[in-house]
Amino acid sequence: MVHFIDRRLNGKNKSAVNRQRFLRRYKQQIKKAVSDAISKRSVTDIDSGESITIPSKDITEPMLHHGKGGRREIVHPGNDQFSQGDRIKRPDGGGGQGSGKGDASADGEGEDDFVFSISKDEYLDLLFEDLELPNLKKNQLDKLVQYKQVRAGYRAEGVPSNIDIVRSLRGSLARRIAMSADKRRELAELEAQQQALEQAPVPDQHQLKLLAEQIAELKQRIAAVPYIDSFDLRYRNYQKRPEPTSKAVMFCLMDVSGSMDQATKDMAKRFYILLYLFLTRSYKNVEVVYIRHHTQAKEVDEQEFFYSQETGGTIVSSALKLMHEIISQRYNPEEWNIYGAQASDGDNWTDDSPLCQQIMRSQLLPLVRYYAYIEITTRAHQSLWQQYETLLPQFENFAIQHIREQADIYPVFRELFKKQAA
Amino acid sequence: MAKAQPKTDPLSDGPDWTFELLESYHQHIARVARHYGLETYPNQIEVITAEQMMDAYSSIGMPLGYHHWSYGKKFIQTEQNYKRGYMGLAYEIVINSDPCIAYLMEENTITMQALVMAHASYGHNSFFKNNYLFKTWTDASSIIDYLLFAKGYVSRCEEKYGIAEVEEVLDSCHALMNYGVDRYKRPQKISLEEEQKRQEEREAYLQSQVNDLWRTIPTKPVTEVERNKRFPSEPQENILYFIEKNAPLLKPWQRELVRIVRKISQYFYPQKQTQVMNEGWATFWHYTILQHLYDEGVVSERFMMEFLHTHTNVVSQPAYNSPHYSGINPYALGFAIFTDLRRICETPTTEDREWFPDIAGSDWLETLHFAMQNFKDESFISQYLSPKVIRDFHLFAIVDDSKDPSLEVAAIHNQQGYQKIRQMLSAQYNLSLLEPNIQVYNVDVRGDRSLTLRYVPQRGIPLEPQSTKEVMKHLHRLWGFQVSLEQQQEDGVVSELCRCPEAS
Repeated sequence: MVHFIDRRLNGKNKSAVNRQRFLRRYKQQIKKAVSDAISKRSVTDIDSGESITIPSKDITEPMLHHGKGGRREIVHPGNDQFSQGDRIKRPDGGGGQGSGKGDASADGEGEDDFVFSISKDEYLDLLFEDLELPNLKKNQLDKLVQYKQVRAGYRAEGVPSNIDIVRSLRGSLARRIAMSADKRRELAELEAQQQALEQAPVPDQHQLKLLAEQIAELKQRIAAVPYIDSFDLRYRNYQKRPEPTSKAVMFCLMDVSGSMDQATKDMAKRFYILLYLFLTRSYKNVEVVYIRHHTQAKEVDEQEFFYSQETGGTIVSSALKLMHEIISQRYNPEEWNIYGAQASDGDNWTDDSPLCQQIMRSQLLPLVRYYAYIEITTRAHQSLWQQYETLLPQFENFAIQHIREQADIYPVFRELFKKQAA
Repeated sequence: MAKAQPKTDPLSDGPDWTFELLESYHQHIARVARHYGLETYPNQIEVITAEQMMDAYSSIGMPLGYHHWSYGKKFIQTEQNYKRGYMGLAYEIVINSDPCIAYLMEENTITMQALVMAHASYGHNSFFKNNYLFKTWTDASSIIDYLLFAKGYVSRCEEKYGIAEVEEVLDSCHALMNYGVDRYKRPQKISLEEEQKRQEEREAYLQSQVNDLWRTIPTKPVTEVERNKRFPSEPQENILYFIEKNAPLLKPWQRELVRIVRKISQYFYPQKQTQVMNEGWATFWHYTILQHLYDEGVVSERFMMEFLHTHTNVVSQPAYNSPHYSGINPYALGFAIFTDLRRICETPTTEDREWFPDIAGSDWLETLHFAMQNFKDESFISQYLSPKVIRDFHLFAIVDDSKDPSLEVAAIHNQQGYQKIRQMLSAQYNLSLLEPNIQVYNVDVRGDRSLTLRYVPQRGIPLEPQSTKEVMKHLHRLWGFQVSLEQQQEDGVVSELCRCPEAS
């Protein structure tokens, strides 16, 4: 009469399709929530998803139901003080005077926001939708320099550690069959003759002896075929195959002179995080090099980069030189995809700016995949911006953008990496 | 007979369960259920995980449903609430089908599993099989087939016409889902194969009918009488049905989608009308069956302690001023009424003899079965809510009239109040009072093809304007021409509430 069915191993994501439909339908709202969230997000928190809040009035399913007003009669439990005919002040809000279930919930829920979580991947997908790394396709194939060892069949020579036992023994078996086949056939014939002779009424002893000798000799020759020969050995073959490199390094350059306050640095930091997240989607491992500078440049760790305060003037070229130095020491441009992001408030020694332009033009831009300069300031642009502007027409992998306030960061980022119209 | 065999060793009380143990608990539960005359569909009990329970929960318990974003939303809500600990998952979901499918959640202890088996597989199951509403309006043997057909049909439509197109129609139908119910006609029983065959025939036939209705070739001159004749001649309460049959512009596949939503709505309609009874009946039986097993010594005391703890939570009724109060708990009310009914039969008091002369002292089992079979919440309460239950619940009735600045206590749990409370509580479960009374009133067949609905307010309760407007947009999408909604006041004055598209 009863069937017990264990369904625990059945798929548990029956609702996945419906969930996707929901996300698809409310993509606009969700995207907005995501870009709002990015400005609030802590920098180190890159591994979690995001909690999405969208106004629930946007997602209600309309139903025909009663509104407020009219005459209602409701029965409640738990009378502790009332007598018939008592008059009670109308309680505020919808709670006490609810009118059956349908209404109460419809009235009550309308106010709350609809909050739910999306996974890290969904979050990043939404965040970086329609973005791509500029110039990636064009450059990638002509700089194939990383090699990977891949299996490529078998070969007859090699080092012992690469011996393939199955293949070798298969070869040995084949050789043994091949080398002994005719002898075995002969042996079988002789044995048949021997048997026939033995069964004859008067066995010919001489003939028998002769046969026995021949058989013995044949057997010896069969046994002499070696079980394994160096000829049988097969070695696994490996080849080096060139591979597009999946290593990327991201240079974060920031001005830490006195004019950069913490708020400006925070904005720069958010920009770096976006860039980092974006790069991790394209490359398996992304290294980050932090270079901060005032009049001198120094490579530092993340903590120091973002939080230590320095004073003094600004010489941007020092950082560019250091970046070039580090590239030539540690990051061979043939192996690494190099990205640069520079944040500054635009201050620089006026004399230094042409030098910066020079270094960019001749040394850095030819090496890097992409270099973005963002200027975080509310003032007018200064010499550095103007010098950099002259580079724009020549270098496709160079971009400059201006950020005034926190809310600009994500739009600017999108602007930098938006998909180029084909 | 059952009591004759003395049980010395109670069944293991877990807390872990095994399939063998489930089997032996089930055997005992089934035996006791038979002893009490519970007649059920065959049972199919499925063990699922918490995630799967959430899936089942968000597809309103349907074992297979077509895809729609609203189920995704429900799932996200459920998942979110569960993760944050706002709610536990339902202990059980049971599906009105033949065989009757009940879900057991993997995480539960053997006690909970036994409770759910008694509650769902025997309580709800016997209710599904024997209550007149379910017997008339749902067909347990064909529902799974139908859902399968619906799911397949919707996804074929999605492939053919695009997800967005299908979603639009479904959205609109969902908005009118409560108005897709036939209250009087009985649906026919047909199998999946037949359903498919008929669907094709229906498509062709329907389209030809619609075309005829909208025939534009002029015939003889229309007389004044004919011009004033309304179509439909009687107001139609099943709006979705009306649309399926008469909407001028819907394509055949869209009509079929309307039909699917309507059918599913119809299937759930009895459940909406028998919440108190259904839950009360199931709760009464899990309580009675497990008590019986305890009396026999089949289950241990530890088992009973855990069971009673859960049972008490299920039937708790917070008072009106408690922060946990959210209306009357159907489990509590239903359980109390059935339990009291048994008491009235077994040990009637003078009061009972006065209130229930027919059943006081009768055979309790027969009386309970009769009550379960022949009523819905509304009539069940007005028939069986006893003064004792009113007293136990401390029920009191409030009249909330928006014309009156204060609320009035109309009745409390005393001699003068019983009748009134009973009547008001019964009305509270009357679906026709809960759902606004809106019917298809007229179609301008000879004019601009506009569709007019009419709302007849009861007790002066208005419609909620904002969402009404939204629903009208959906209706407009289905109808294809102008739709408008009128309100007919008690004094007969008719005024227009809204129209879509709005008059320019």
